[in-house]
Amino acid sequence: MSSPTLPPSESFKFSMLLSDTRYRGLSLQVITFIIFMAVFFWLVDNTIKNLALLDKDVSFNFLWLRAGYDINQRLIPYTSDSTHGMAALVGILNTLLVAFVGCIIATVLGLFVGILRLSKNWIVAKLMSAYIEGFRNVPILLWIVMVFALLTEFTPAPRAFKGAEPEATMLFFESVAITNRGTYFPAPVLAEGAYWLLLCFGLSIVAVIYFIRYANKQKKDTGKSLPTFWISVAVIIFPTLILFFAMGQPVSLEYPYLKGFNFKDGIHLRNSFLALTLALAFYTSAFIAEIVRAGIMAVSKGQSEAAASLGLRPNKIMSLIILPQALRIIVPPLISNYLNLTKNSSLAIAVGYMDVRGTLGGITLNQTGRELESMLLLMGFYLAVSLLISSFINYFNRSFQIVVR
Amino acid sequence: MKKLFLGVLTALALAASGTFAGTLDDVKARGNLLCGVSTGAPGFATVDDSGKDVGFDVDYCRALAAAIFGDPMAVKFVGLTSAVRFTALAAGEVDILARNTTWTYSRDTDLKQTFLGVNYYDGQGFMVKKELGVKSTTELDGATVCIQVGTTTELNLADYFKENGMSYEPVPTADNAESQQQYLAGACDTYTTDASALHGTRVNLENPDDHLVLPEIISKEPLGPLVRHGDDNWADIGRWVLNALVIAEEKGITKANIDSWKDTKDAEIHRLLGTGDDDILAMVGLPKNAMYNAIKAGGNYGEIFENNLGATSGINIERGVNASWTKGGILYSPPFR
Amino acid sequence: MMTKIAFVRKKEIPPSAPPITEVGLIGWLRQNLFSSWLNSILTVLSVYFIVVILWDFIPWAYGGHWNTKSLRECLDLDPDVACFSVLTARWKQLLFGLYPAEEYWRPTLTFMFLLLAIVPILFPRFFRFFWFSIIYPGLAVWLLWGGSFWSISIVYIGLTLGALFFLSLIRRYLKNYMVAAILAFLFTVVFFLFISNPLVGLLNVILPISLPFVESLKMGGFTLSLIVGVTGIVASFPIGILLALGRQSNLPVIKMICVGFIEFIRGVPLITLLFVASVLLNYFLPPGTNFDIVLRVVIMVTLFSAAYMAEVIRGGLAGLPLGQHEASASLGLTYWQSQRLIIMPQALKISIPGIVNTFIGLFKDTTLVSIISLRDPVGLASTIRADQKWNGIYWELYVAIGLMFFIFCWGMSQYSQYLERKLKTDK
Repeated sequence: MSSPTLPPSESFKFSMLLSDTRYRGLSLQVITFIIFMAVFFWLVDNTIKNLALLDKDVSFNFLWLRAGYDINQRLIPYTSDSTHGMAALVGILNTLLVAFVGCIIATVLGLFVGILRLSKNWIVAKLMSAYIEGFRNVPILLWIVMVFALLTEFTPAPRAFKGAEPEATMLFFESVAITNRGTYFPAPVLAEGAYWLLLCFGLSIVAVIYFIRYANKQKKDTGKSLPTFWISVAVIIFPTLILFFAMGQPVSLEYPYLKGFNFKDGIHLRNSFLALTLALAFYTSAFIAEIVRAGIMAVSKGQSEAAASLGLRPNKIMSLIILPQALRIIVPPLISNYLNLTKNSSLAIAVGYMDVRGTLGGITLNQTGRELESMLLLMGFYLAVSLLISSFINYFNRSFQIVVR
Repeated sequence: MKKLFLGVLTALALAASGTFAGTLDDVKARGNLLCGVSTGAPGFATVDDSGKDVGFDVDYCRALAAAIFGDPMAVKFVGLTSAVRFTALAAGEVDILARNTTWTYSRDTDLKQTFLGVNYYDGQGFMVKKELGVKSTTELDGATVCIQVGTTTELNLADYFKENGMSYEPVPTADNAESQQQYLAGACDTYTTDASALHGTRVNLENPDDHLVLPEIISKEPLGPLVRHGDDNWADIGRWVLNALVIAEEKGITKANIDSWKDTKDAEIHRLLGTGDDDILAMVGLPKNAMYNAIKAGGNYGEIFENNLGATSGINIERGVNASWTKGGILYSPPFR
Repeated sequence: MMTKIAFVRKKEIPPSAPPITEVGLIGWLRQNLFSSWLNSILTVLSVYFIVVILWDFIPWAYGGHWNTKSLRECLDLDPDVACFSVLTARWKQLLFGLYPAEEYWRPTLTFMFLLLAIVPILFPRFFRFFWFSIIYPGLAVWLLWGGSFWSISIVYIGLTLGALFFLSLIRRYLKNYMVAAILAFLFTVVFFLFISNPLVGLLNVILPISLPFVESLKMGGFTLSLIVGVTGIVASFPIGILLALGRQSNLPVIKMICVGFIEFIRGVPLITLLFVASVLLNYFLPPGTNFDIVLRVVIMVTLFSAAYMAEVIRGGLAGLPLGQHEASASLGLTYWQSQRLIIMPQALKISIPGIVNTFIGLFKDTTLVSIISLRDPVGLASTIRADQKWNGIYWELYVAIGLMFFIFCWGMSQYSQYLERKLKTDK
């Protein structure tokens, strides 16, 4: 990179800007910058001219106008009288919800499938590779559409639950109804005193966390391992349970029931949500499974052999030796798959799920004709999410990488 | 490289020469009409097994192309989803948008478009399964409603249920076929869209008699072709081709008998078919026999309707209000003079 | 006292056959399916799962109708089986879109030539046929869109003349590459601005070779997916290399622009970029500009995959030991020489599986163009479903489309794994 400095007596020539390594870097950058800015201003200038030609302006005022359309799934209060901005917010929350739930399911499934694919059981291994290849090699859009169709066509309509001898019945003691409009779960209803219960539950969890820390320390110091799992379960369940009965059952379940056209009450997971989440989760889990497999295979065989020679059992080898090491390799691509899942959730429109692309980038854009503004906001949102996630990857890489040499 | 790229773009820009003022000149220079239609709306626009564009909107565009060029095939159809249709028109990707689009105030003014008239009077209706026992839309409180996103039907639906103090659960779908799929599977109790489409769909269901289109029409949906603001001559051409098709039906001029009107006493027919002395079509820059060609292309309004939406098409939509005013409908063209 | 030895074995016991549970079919079953109770449960569950799926699927698919005229006829015959007639009626559209039927040989030939054009790139043995890979893009454009042969080949003629001009300048008169390059560039520009059009006209008169013109609106089906996918990946390759180098550059402005571009593109979903292509690009270009939607989509897809390609190649670059850079620098190679001769060949070799994966991803993502109303297989599916004859069809179409994508993508991924293995051994 460094070149011997030339004698200063040499006079400056214009051509040296390009041929002399001392100046070339700088002049290249200046040229690039000028071209970049020129293109940028050319685009902006064109946009301004085009907007003037169409008699349009750039204004985000439409966000405060009445939206006029309804959204079926809303995590915050929203009616057709709410503003377009509110609709966008509802959409953003819906996107985040799908992404969040999808990532969790995808991780669990991916881990499961990835490990099972390495199974010695021939049929299981083959089935898992079929799962992985099947989901990885067909476009996600098709999967979303097909999962949605599966959910609507092979589940009963709410009407099937009607009558003296219904064609379909609710599951789990009349508490869960799977219909082709979605799945209805009982919803908890908090009566007076329920907050004490929540507090108690929270305290139990804190207690468990401290207990696990203590147990780990104990294990490191003395080598004795406590039955952490069962104690934790007991700590989490019993105090809350006792308090629940002591206070006269302040939390009750509200069961869904059939009224009119639909089931009423309970928690309603719409089919559009289920289909999108499941399709995204299945699709992403296939990629995660491959990452998990690669991560596990990357841990050298000597590690598991050494662990086996120490007398550890296979499940202990997996959880104590292999997974902790594999995790370092697995996590960064895993998170970038989370990012892909979030971005793929923008295909929600295919099943009519109202995510931010459907509200802000779909109906609002359509009704107001504000393409430029809507798309800018939309891209800004996705960009923010993605930058957040990639900064997390960088943080992980920095803090968890094995220090070599 | 970048310079070359810009050069290419500039060259393309010059080649496209999309000044919006003289659309007719642009169309003539290009040698064909660019017509924006639906990517798939039963009866209005689709592609048949042999790959040919067919439909009600398609035939209107063919008539327009015939009027300009004398050749109904001198038109290219650009399939547009409801999401991109207006921007495609505004950007000049199409010369005219005939995509069963509802004429509304805000589309006319805020989106800077000119509607040329109404080629189909529609209204939003609901279809339900008979076994549901619903006889009127007022009984739909709490129902799940399948609805196509990005259309006016969505807004009408919200307004209608609010006005009547009812609640509903919207199930948005990407297109009409999807709505139908959901409705049949029972994922929604009722399925709402323009009544024409409902009738069309019902006839082709496995058991049409199990389904009912509710009598209420909750909105006016005048569908029509539209062009960009700012080129009145082009708008006039589109408007009068449409009117010519309607007049032709009024007068009984059909594709088959169009050549047999030379001796008629009716001066308007002579003006329309260009068989008289005065050439009034020169005012908009069309040949004298432009309307003759337009009618010859796919027949008059009634024939186009019959072939694409009526009994011949298998969709079996009644003429209803879309009949000529002489037959009890509201199709009424201003005089061609 | 000596005890009497009762028995002494004189002969070795012949090895007994392994237990029946350890060899043959039973042994295989035991080892691979029922080695533990957990495995046995898994096996039973798996078999049950497979049986349940096939139980419904096989009768549905096997008894399917292939030759009816409409969905209604299918339903009248037997509503419980598949109605594949839609595929019989529309398979050509699914493959070629609305391409004129009498010209189907053109996309077919283009695709076959594509396979030929890839060979010299993948197999060094056939490198002498590399010229075909170079002329292929032009040939493909001409075959697919048609028009005059000369208006496409003039691009090649112009570029060749420019290159010859550059070489002769270097050989004869000039030692300064930069100046020679600028002169050659000007020469090429002059050629395209003033000479090419009359020349094309002349050639058209002398030797008119042309194919009927087919506009982009007619492109569809898998042909469109391939056009978008293959062009995207090929065009993104050089851009991706430049971006990857730019990202590693020590010139801050260049690095910033590259990082910004890559992170922006990777941060937003492809569908928003496609929306930009279909809806917003007209705002960004000079008023009245209006060019082909397929070209616009290809440009956007190229930019999109370039960002991913850059990351893949950056991974390859990072995989190289630093010593390679240092060694080439110590040999006195310039930056571009060392990149061309030392760094890139190795980095690209490492990146091949990643590149293939990017391609598979891109090919699958081409289905998104259906959302901006292009007629790729998925877009065509909704058009077909709007036809009165096939209104209501569902699984047959989507399963068929999914299967075609699967075969293509799976084949590609198998090939990439094969490459990966092959590249590993020669280390």
